[in-house]
Amino acid sequence: MSVRELEREQSPKQAGLGPVGWLRWAWRTLTSMKTALILLFLLALGSVPGSLIPQRGVDPDKVARLYDESPALAEWYDRLQLFEVFSSTWFAAVYLLLFTSLIGCIIPRTMTYLRELRRRPPAAPKNVTKLPHAAVIEGGPSLEEAAKRLRGLRFRVVTGDGWISAEKGYLRETGNLFFHIALIGILFAIGAGSLYGYRGNVLVVEGDGFANTVAAYDRFMPGSQVSAESLEPFTLHLDDFTVSYQVAGEKRGQALDYTAHLKVNDRPDAPARDVELKVNTPLEIDGTQTYLIGNGYAPVFRVTDGKGQVAFEGPVPCLIEDKATMTSGCVVKAPDAQPSQLGFLLRFLPTSVPLTDGNHASAFPGELNPEVQLLGAFSGDLGLRNGQPQSVYELAPPETLKKLKPLLMGTAVPKPLAVGQSVELPEGAGKLEFTGVKQWMTLQVAYDPGRLPALLFAGLAVVSIAASLLIRRRRVFVRVKGETVEVGGLTRTEGSAAGFAEEFADIVKVLSAGENDVR
Amino acid sequence: MSAEQLAELSDLTVLAAVLLYVLAMIAFATELAFGRFIAGKTAARAARPVRQPVTVGAAGDDAVKVDGAAPEPVAPESAPPSRLAERAGTVGLALAWLGWAANLAAIVTRGLAVGRWPWGNMYEFVVALCFAAVTAFLLTQLRHNVRFLGAFVMVTATLGLGAAVKIFYTAAGPVVPALNSYWIAIHVTAAIIASGLFAMAGVAGVLYLVRGDGMSRLPSREDLERVAHRAIVFAFPLWTFAVIAGALWADRAWGRYWGWDPKEVWSFITWVAYAAYLHARVTAGWRGKAATVVQLVAFACLLFNLIGVNIFVGGMHSYADV
Ligand code: HEM
Repeated sequence: MSVRELEREQSPKQAGLGPVGWLRWAWRTLTSMKTALILLFLLALGSVPGSLIPQRGVDPDKVARLYDESPALAEWYDRLQLFEVFSSTWFAAVYLLLFTSLIGCIIPRTMTYLRELRRRPPAAPKNVTKLPHAAVIEGGPSLEEAAKRLRGLRFRVVTGDGWISAEKGYLRETGNLFFHIALIGILFAIGAGSLYGYRGNVLVVEGDGFANTVAAYDRFMPGSQVSAESLEPFTLHLDDFTVSYQVAGEKRGQALDYTAHLKVNDRPDAPARDVELKVNTPLEIDGTQTYLIGNGYAPVFRVTDGKGQVAFEGPVPCLIEDKATMTSGCVVKAPDAQPSQLGFLLRFLPTSVPLTDGNHASAFPGELNPEVQLLGAFSGDLGLRNGQPQSVYELAPPETLKKLKPLLMGTAVPKPLAVGQSVELPEGAGKLEFTGVKQWMTLQVAYDPGRLPALLFAGLAVVSIAASLLIRRRRVFVRVKGETVEVGGLTRTEGSAAGFAEEFADIVKVLSAGENDVR
Repeated sequence: MSAEQLAELSDLTVLAAVLLYVLAMIAFATELAFGRFIAGKTAARAARPVRQPVTVGAAGDDAVKVDGAAPEPVAPESAPPSRLAERAGTVGLALAWLGWAANLAAIVTRGLAVGRWPWGNMYEFVVALCFAAVTAFLLTQLRHNVRFLGAFVMVTATLGLGAAVKIFYTAAGPVVPALNSYWIAIHVTAAIIASGLFAMAGVAGVLYLVRGDGMSRLPSREDLERVAHRAIVFAFPLWTFAVIAGALWADRAWGRYWGWDPKEVWSFITWVAYAAYLHARVTAGWRGKAATVVQLVAFACLLFNLIGVNIFVGGMHSYADV
């Protein structure tokens, strides 16, 4: 029989740990400080790929590009959920384990803390002058007087036969405990926010409006507990959108201010009120925040078809191709055109200037000389009726595009159009008119019931971590031996001996002061 | 003075600050070079604190003398420092204060020239950061003798300002609307002060590793570790506050208080790393090299966040143009 077997034989408890024993072991391991720290580290480590690999929720275009460039790698990223790290199963697992671990370690620490709160400072040691900080006062105060003065310094004081023991700095533990509680609170508030909150994006063109319903959003991201009826029933109308730009100097063309002039009805029966929406000042309606997050141009077009009828008329929001000059790409689709549908690819130049090679480009982001450049005109079935959803920023999916008939392309396209100008399509297929310029804005609407609790807990975390790190726990002992008063002090907080030396000197000064000098 | 003149003055004072920091660095280095050798561990402190209870005069006596753990680093065994070293140190300190004033003037004139808080882009941010690091050093120096750090803090500040001028320079001008908020005063200021303190701790940490345990002209390892720890203890709550103020601003500007933007991710990682440092010391009792390595890893995360994320990663923070 080997030693090990012998041991096993002799410790039946260990052999039969049993399910309860294992559970207890697992719980104890999970809630140990070490595990919590490892989990915290994992959370930090896990968020690294989230910052280096493009995320679907943040930058879907980059994700798509990665799929194009290295499909195998993208496949693996996808398998490991690296395109949505922060909503991945493994990230959630770490997060939930950390959560449990924190709760598990706070409960026993609270108990210890409460016991500690009621505990009195320990009796003074025999020889207080042996302590790291010590002083002897000749002709010092009486025991009662010394105790009184220490209480005056807000020490917790215990007296005994010829000695005083005083302690201060309990807020350190209080701070520490509250810091850890605040961390749980923050995690909790974030969780609540993502369950009961929602976010949505919508693009609104000047002259148009938006009603806060699920259907009105371009993109709607609800928490799992959000119902369509729970959305705050407000509506808004975009009267006018103004942007001001720096016009001179090195920063010429930089945006200085965006303002959306809105009419807002807080609820269907409420009167409309004027609101100026700006960056950094969201519109708040009953806890629902509306933010201005983007803007661009929406030139207005009229398409007349081969039969002379207006097949399309209205503003077309364009995608920004170059932020510095607001050069934008636009798509006009006229599926109602007869005899065949029409589609146009265009480029919008807010401040068009001719280049030496005969091309045109935008020189400034503001609309000083707006022109539209026709890049291509097509006829044929745009594929809008086959039930497949299509992007408004894309003329047609590539396979449909190939089947379209180009009417105008390449060198055949005319000079850019100014407002009021038009271009006739060949073969009497129709006409495209550029009739005006509007702007669009994108809004983000967010409802997050966890934001206020998160803020409160975050505030608590800051205050309590400061208390926990900056307050030192210190003890002062006094032994009165007739006329001689011995004072000793120590701090158990590392790194603060230097600071305590000064405080200790002050305490000794207070203790050694004459009856009448004290405060 | 017109805005252009103020902007020009700001550019000039930055250069003056660089020059003064270089001179201060030379003076501090002279002090180190001609100073005394110091053992790896300060003897007085490695052992139990030396105490001789002092009898204090009767009640009311002003001359209450108290002993205790010596608050100041003392190198007990070696000869007194040379006069030259002593004088070079004093000169270095004076030059550092002058450089500090020039640095401050550069920030103030820039702020006046642009009519907003002067930390709206990388250039301005780095200039402010160097100022914060030097301020942290000089203020600490007022209460504790940390002159031994001088040369290294000056090198750091010189390199920082140099990089700001050479690489990140941006002409004075307005910022994009998203940065036009009082939150920049709260969030970025807190981040700058915390980073300045972390930088001082980082300098001490690097010195700790460079200097072995033996005799050296560099300060003792214990002193270095103590300075680093104190700086981090002050900086950590500030950094926590800076991150939270950032979340509050994100809530105003972007419609969510936390969105795992690269900058947010890295400030979180930095925060965790410094928390790990504090825990490693308090709970696991790590001291010396191990703790210093953790501290430097955290500092590396901080630097990556300040510089790397802006240049290599991008994200919503990147309108603070490089
Ligand atoms: C199982 C969970 C945890 C336990 C049992 C725990 C326990 C402790 C203990 C015993 C201290 C030392 C208090 C002192 O003597 O000064 C401490 C300090 C601290 N804890 Fe935790 N902790 C836990 C999780 C966390 C987490 C997740 C964080 C997040 C960053 C954190 C941050 C801190 C900080 C910053 C300090 C201050 C360190 C110092 O006093 O120098 N803790 N914690």
